[in-house]
Amino acid sequence: MTAEQIISAPKLIVRDLNFYYGADRALKDINLVIPEKMVTAFIGPSGCGKSTLLRTFNRMYELYPKQRAEGEILLDGQNLLDKKQDLNNLRAKIGMVFQKPTPFPMSIYDNIAFGVKLYENLSKHDMDERIEWALKKAALWTEVKDKLKQSGTGLSGGQQQRLCIARAIAVKPQVLLLDEPTSALDPISTAHIEKLIDELKKDFTIVIVTHNMQQAARVSDFTAYMYLGDLIEFGDTSTVFTNPKRKETEDYITGRFG
Amino acid sequence: MTTLLHEASLKRQTVFDMLFRNLTRLAAFAVLALLAAIIGSLIVGSMPAINAFGFSFLTSSAWNPVTDEYGALIPIIGTLVTSGIALLIAIPVSFGIAIFLTELSPRWLRRPLGIAVELLAGIPSIIYGMWGLFIFAPLFADHVEPWLNDHIGPLPLLGPFFSGPPMGIGMLTAGIILAIMVIPFIASVMRDVFDVVPTMLKESAYGLGATTWEVMWNVVLPYTKIGVVGGIMLGLGRALGETMAVTFVIGNAHELHKSLLMPGNSISSALANEFTEAVGDLYTSSLIELGLILFFITFVVLSLARLMLYRLAKGEGQGA
Repeated sequence: MTAEQIISAPKLIVRDLNFYYGADRALKDINLVIPEKMVTAFIGPSGCGKSTLLRTFNRMYELYPKQRAEGEILLDGQNLLDKKQDLNNLRAKIGMVFQKPTPFPMSIYDNIAFGVKLYENLSKHDMDERIEWALKKAALWTEVKDKLKQSGTGLSGGQQQRLCIARAIAVKPQVLLLDEPTSALDPISTAHIEKLIDELKKDFTIVIVTHNMQQAARVSDFTAYMYLGDLIEFGDTSTVFTNPKRKETEDYITGRFG
Repeated sequence: MTTLLHEASLKRQTVFDMLFRNLTRLAAFAVLALLAAIIGSLIVGSMPAINAFGFSFLTSSAWNPVTDEYGALIPIIGTLVTSGIALLIAIPVSFGIAIFLTELSPRWLRRPLGIAVELLAGIPSIIYGMWGLFIFAPLFADHVEPWLNDHIGPLPLLGPFFSGPPMGIGMLTAGIILAIMVIPFIASVMRDVFDVVPTMLKESAYGLGATTWEVMWNVVLPYTKIGVVGGIMLGLGRALGETMAVTFVIGNAHELHKSLLMPGNSISSALANEFTEAVGDLYTSSLIELGLILFFITFVVLSLARLMLYRLAKGEGQGA
């Protein structure tokens, strides 16, 4: 049974994707289907290309001149890698959260309003509502509702990361890319974020890159194991972790290597 | 025996430590002492002028060695206006240079361009002055000033500032030369602080769909504002005190004109020009008082910059 058959509602379809850093081929003929409103985890040792793959979904690599992607990534049937695809519109549909919290140097309110203002012209009242909505979704509202005017950089690390999630979802994207979102956080904040991911998948398609296999096992519905630019195995998380088809995957998840 | 040796070396270390601490303290206090000595000698030197003219020295536009009447209004205005013009031009240009160098420029062009900007900062000011007087001023008089006269001169509010005989030298020329001189300072500081903005922070803004301009203006600039204001102040400090280049192109006339095309005078150029010919105590003392005023202006500007940064930090919210 192929992954495409397992997944009835594909959100993103990756076809024959190759990625190059200059002359280095960092992704090799990746074929993958990301299901809608589920959590898909990319795991694998450092340098395997999991973050690179994630960064092709919002074409973040285009900031850097020597990086390029070849192949197709279809979002609801539309090829994201098509040069004609408007980059800003694409990024409105696909939000991203990074390894470390990156609050902008402005108030909590403005941090969230920043992205919304790029696409929508909301009245003060509507903007207030949107910000409350995003903060509630990110499970941060009760902690910050009395200090929206204070700087986002004054929050704790875990709160900052939830602020970044709120900022990403305030734009109402369809897909949320999480690039090792808890790698800079303590265990309690990590637990918060993982619980949040579980909530968020009701509304968003989530793709998470993680170094932490337990985390992948806990939060994801599907798991892709990558190694040296190849997609070694992809399937639903319980199968990949309990009954992997490939020897390499088994070696990695049992800790024999990596 | 070994313990004794150990104790001896410990003791020696303590002595050295104390010596070192006091030496650094001495160095630190020497700066304060020097500052106080300079202010002190400026005040003592300008006492005759202060006694003779009082506060009217600041508001009087008289400057007459024959009748021994002196006022600082013209040089003060000259210094402030030329520096103001310089910043007005230099800040946006430097911002553009810094954005280009950090965000837009192809990698191979970055280093040569960055080095060129830094070399520009190393050119001695007298060369800017000569270039300004012999090359820039004539070109400016032939091509730019007539245009300003024709097109901006007739405008209601701005007009009077830009009409007058196209002589090439004057306040506007001095301001532009100053701008060229301070751009490398401001631009290289801006580039350096833009360079240390975490890539991830910029990527998060790009990831929301912001354009390069939106990222620079809304994220990078607020993140680096202390460094940016610092760079601007560095430039302003240089503009306020710049002597040689300004002396060459400002015209050195103790005249008060509304038009920026007319010659004027700045504090530093007045000092440079007139100390050699200053006869009489009151003349010399008035010049020293000009120096004191320049000192004071620089001090106020730096304090205002600090205050501004404090306000900015508060406006952004607590914990910043």
